[in-house]
Amino acid sequence: MQDQTTGLDFEYRYGFSMPEKHVYKAQKGLSEHIVRTISKIKGEPEWMRAFRLKAYKIFCEKPMPDWGADLSRINFGEIYYYIKPTEKQVSSWEDLPREIKETYDRIGIPQAEKNFLAGVSAQYESEVVYESIQKELEKQGVVFCDMDTGLKKYPQIVREYFGTLIPPHDNKFAALNSSVWSGGSFVYVPKGANVKLPLQAYFRINAERFGQFERTLIIAEEGSSVHYVEGCTAPVYAADSLHAAVVEIFVKKNARVRYTTVQNWSTNVYNLVTKRARADEDAIMEWIDCNIGSQVTMKYPSVYLYGKGARGEVLSMAFAGRNQHQDAGAKMFHFAPNTSSRIISKSVSKDGGRTSYRGLVMVRPGAKNSNVFVSCDALILDEKSRSDTYPYMKIKESNTAVQHEATVEKLGDEKLFYLASRGIKRPDAETLLVNGFIEPVAREIPLEYSIEMNRLIQLEMTGSVG
Amino acid sequence: MLTIKNLSVSAQNKKILEDITYTFKKNKIYAVMGPNASGKSSLAFSIMGHPVYKISSKSEIIFKRRKINGLEPYKRAERGLFLSFQSPLPLSGVTVLQLLQVALSKKLDVLAMRKKAKQVAKELHMPEDLLSRSLNDGTSGGEKKKLEILQAVLLDRDLMIFDEIDTGVDVDALKTIATFLKKNRKGKTYILITHYNRILRYLKPDEVLVLGDGKLVKTGKHTLADKIEKAGYEMLNSKRKTIFRQAQDPERS
Repeated sequence: MQDQTTGLDFEYRYGFSMPEKHVYKAQKGLSEHIVRTISKIKGEPEWMRAFRLKAYKIFCEKPMPDWGADLSRINFGEIYYYIKPTEKQVSSWEDLPREIKETYDRIGIPQAEKNFLAGVSAQYESEVVYESIQKELEKQGVVFCDMDTGLKKYPQIVREYFGTLIPPHDNKFAALNSSVWSGGSFVYVPKGANVKLPLQAYFRINAERFGQFERTLIIAEEGSSVHYVEGCTAPVYAADSLHAAVVEIFVKKNARVRYTTVQNWSTNVYNLVTKRARADEDAIMEWIDCNIGSQVTMKYPSVYLYGKGARGEVLSMAFAGRNQHQDAGAKMFHFAPNTSSRIISKSVSKDGGRTSYRGLVMVRPGAKNSNVFVSCDALILDEKSRSDTYPYMKIKESNTAVQHEATVEKLGDEKLFYLASRGIKRPDAETLLVNGFIEPVAREIPLEYSIEMNRLIQLEMTGSVG
Repeated sequence: MLTIKNLSVSAQNKKILEDITYTFKKNKIYAVMGPNASGKSSLAFSIMGHPVYKISSKSEIIFKRRKINGLEPYKRAERGLFLSFQSPLPLSGVTVLQLLQVALSKKLDVLAMRKKAKQVAKELHMPEDLLSRSLNDGTSGGEKKKLEILQAVLLDRDLMIFDEIDTGVDVDALKTIATFLKKNRKGKTYILITHYNRILRYLKPDEVLVLGDGKLVKTGKHTLADKIEKAGYEMLNSKRKTIFRQAQDPERS
């Protein structure tokens, strides 16, 4: 239904002007020319173009990581690095893979939403909801928009923070993102503002939603608080197989930020994301990270505990089915006294899937009275599946309390028999136990997401839909 | 209701039950007694269909006039069997309400089920928040047993086997449990596996079965339970003393 004209209207409304629209033609592969072109199309300031070009050089020089999941099948030359939103759409509902359509039907989401998730339409009908939220936010002076708009409207703030916590040379994929980023969210919460409703990227109606190279920047000023939610439980179909996002969060003194992710990419996607937060004095940063989809995920949200008394937390959940490898975890860096960190990781592997917990906790000299808690539990559902744990601890301050727990369990026959004696058949019993296993993480995500996630686990467990 | 014929069972290549034949009738209460390792729990698990317990080919388990030897445990439950566990397993993150919701999904709507569960919890003097906590996880022995009873009542099966429902339970809780079972016994068959006749004072058994070394060694009326309490299992068979050597052990391992 959406013709070229409405597509143009849409972009224009959100200040996304593209004078070269008809000149630029998407092409595969990456070059300095493409990086320049992306910046030019977006009409970016000189410093951003320079940033992109520098990042591109770093990307070319950096070797692939020699640890973690197998990334050897990524062919950088076969990827489109910038696609105009209108070209991004799958041409029709019928072209979608059958299993994606089936999953949508099973979860019971409305057609309009399905089209949106599947990339059939770039618009989602919750626009009204979004606009009313925007009005509320404006009253508090809170900014919530896409990153491109953020750069246009608030260039000074963006320039001050962008790429300072995760510089391009951090890793190859951060460098890639820095050179070709597009879309993502920009959130600015002024001093003392408490944002009541979670900010959901889901409702942020903009052309660049679900981009491959999203770039998100959140700044929570002193004493403020905000909860940001990205993703959704329905599988997101991406025709492009590489997703390399970067998320930077600044949590100022006494501020609190919670960032919740529910990721369910289609199983052709390499999901390689760098997420980092900086927590100042008495600030609280919480990452809640649920990974269900993708072919390979490598993601280790981290918190730099810079200020005295800062607290960091990562609650992470991963589910790996057939041909999936979820290599997820967390990183905590204690730089100041009285800082505390808590990592809780739950992973489930099934049908030959593989999960890895990879974590790093570092306590620097002088970070006295620091408190570290790490707990990682893995559940393996069959003989074909696999789980590994790589917990690294670098404690350079003797006055530190460290607690580490790890368990690996299988779904016990005794528990299944117990449930069978109550009249519950095996797939339902397994679903109950798996949902029980991830409950400590699931209870922390917004209710509507956790209900959907329970249903999704049920779907994965009963095996009807891959 | 339930007939077992020539029931012989082995587990891990070890003979556990040998040639037991007995018929349990509707509306009756049975007590199954015997020293440790005499096969009481194995009998319960075999009836329920635990995969570790291998039933010999000439054995027959007939429930409601149908042979259920090869029936999956959940199907046996659906047909009307219930087994209350001696040591109910902790299910972290799963509440009893979630469990019942899945088990009763075809029979009872969620709200009706919750209402009934709350009412039963009250009758059993259980704190209501136990219903929405991880099942059997960090709960006391008495509370675990009450949660088993609660499931038994909500699932509303016809034949219920209670494996040591009286173990690890204090005097008040025992009285509550026994009184509750007595009140709700109409139309039900109870099989109480027990070491003591404490519970049998509240719930008078119609028949008492005594197992020894995997065999059914004696049956009788409730007075048999009294005799065992006074004289121990040794009085049953002086010739085969060795198998009853643990009879006076006051607590199970």
